[in-house]
Amino acid sequence: MSHHIVELKDVFYSYPDGTEALKGISFRVIHGESVGLVGTNGAGKTTLLLNLNGHLIPTRGEISIGEVPLSKGTRQEIRRKVGFVFQRPDDQLFMPIVYEDVAFGPINLGLSMEKVDERVNDALEMVGCLHLKNRPPHRLSEGQKRSVAIATVMAMKPDILVMDEPGSNLDPKSRRQLINLLKGFKHTKIIASHDLDMILDVCERCIIIKDGKIVADGSSEELLLNETLLEENNLELPLSRQYLYVKRPF
Amino acid sequence: MTFDLEFFNLGYLDTLSNKDTLVHRIDPRIKIIVSFIFILFVVSFQKYQISSLMPFFLYPVFLLTAGDIPFKAIAKKVIVVSPFALFIGIFNPIFDTNVILTPFGIPVSGGWLSFFSIIIKFVLTVSTAILLIAVTSFPGICEALERMKVPKIFVIQLLFLYRYLFVLLDEALRMVRAREARSFGSRGKEIRTFIRLISVLLIRSVERAERIYRAMLSRGFRGEIRVLRRLHLRYFDIVFATGSITMFYILRNYDVVDLIGATLNRLLR
Repeated sequence: MSHHIVELKDVFYSYPDGTEALKGISFRVIHGESVGLVGTNGAGKTTLLLNLNGHLIPTRGEISIGEVPLSKGTRQEIRRKVGFVFQRPDDQLFMPIVYEDVAFGPINLGLSMEKVDERVNDALEMVGCLHLKNRPPHRLSEGQKRSVAIATVMAMKPDILVMDEPGSNLDPKSRRQLINLLKGFKHTKIIASHDLDMILDVCERCIIIKDGKIVADGSSEELLLNETLLEENNLELPLSRQYLYVKRPF
Repeated sequence: MTFDLEFFNLGYLDTLSNKDTLVHRIDPRIKIIVSFIFILFVVSFQKYQISSLMPFFLYPVFLLTAGDIPFKAIAKKVIVVSPFALFIGIFNPIFDTNVILTPFGIPVSGGWLSFFSIIIKFVLTVSTAILLIAVTSFPGICEALERMKVPKIFVIQLLFLYRYLFVLLDEALRMVRAREARSFGSRGKEIRTFIRLISVLLIRSVERAERIYRAMLSRGFRGEIRVLRRLHLRYFDIVFATGSITMFYILRNYDVVDLIGATLNRLLR
């Protein structure tokens, strides 16, 4: 299946106020690959992700997803392929009941009610939240909200998963569950995060961005263990790898 | 901090509506219709009628007990809104001084009668409305409204209001706490800072609205929210509706209290 390819060619994006957030980004993600997007606050990660889903349209350059070039006209089609999990689950979950929220996407895809029901149950089952289906989102914990937010996207059966900081605000156990969940997905994944340990765990490939440009693109093992590269980009070694380098005082 | 208390109080009504009792299970449409008719009946009484209004307390009391709702929670909310009714009726005793009744030799003017009639009507209607929310989940009410052909745009507004009310309050609460943590005595609590706080809250809400809209778009939103239809009328719903409406009708047209009084009188003689 070669059609789930994400390709960016020299993408520039400037916000209406003139801030240039992306300055020539090019990369290609093949089917089934999971890519971690790493960089400091304000490096352009979120802007890049918003471009992938057509919420923002590049001012220059070209994005194609599954061989469909992104433009205002193809946005709808691209959004069917790209499932976007937003940074804040409270923004993602806008319906009054979990079930309705997960059903929102499939209903908009024009599926029959039985199919919708099946998709909702499957998606909630997948993230282990089926017991929450009649609860209002404001009565869920942060971790539950996050899982449900992922379910809302999974219910649409996207080809490509795009996630913005999926691990933030989670307690260690919920975070671990999330990592296991993400590892289980066979989708093409693009994950932006500051949680380098998670990237190391989930993604085999990593892209480091700084000031809207790609600084490094390669295997996670290689990049995230390169101390000088990380420090140059205001990052540091993943915590799980730091103990290797502790200098003993004796 | 009163703000915290108010906030949790609001969530309380919502918690109550998630219970599972006989009344909670009644179709929301039926509950809305019956409560609406109830209010119409109550309001239709003339201004000097008090005794015949009393049996109407049966309906809110039924919702309260069968719905397992704590009396205090509802009473508090009724008291909070009561000044409105008090001010509507407060001048009646002054302007209307015709003596209408003299029970036990005490002259009671028409003004006092109509004043109490207003208060009783107020308590009946407002407590019913609050109880309706407490025994029906808000999404349930919205779905019922949608099924009863209320324009969709209003229903969706209500749904979003309900969903984001809690988020917005949470945000406001955090801001209020942050201000309190850094203000001492009366400094930092001027109206000026309050205005800024509100304006920041507004800007944040606008930004949030934008993010929500994006989330909606990315899940295929094209200007219409299709709500799932889950409501089904059951046999008990029909029984409840016909039963209570017939009861209201009887209570409206026959002065039951008077009848009971008359029978008691005859028995005692």
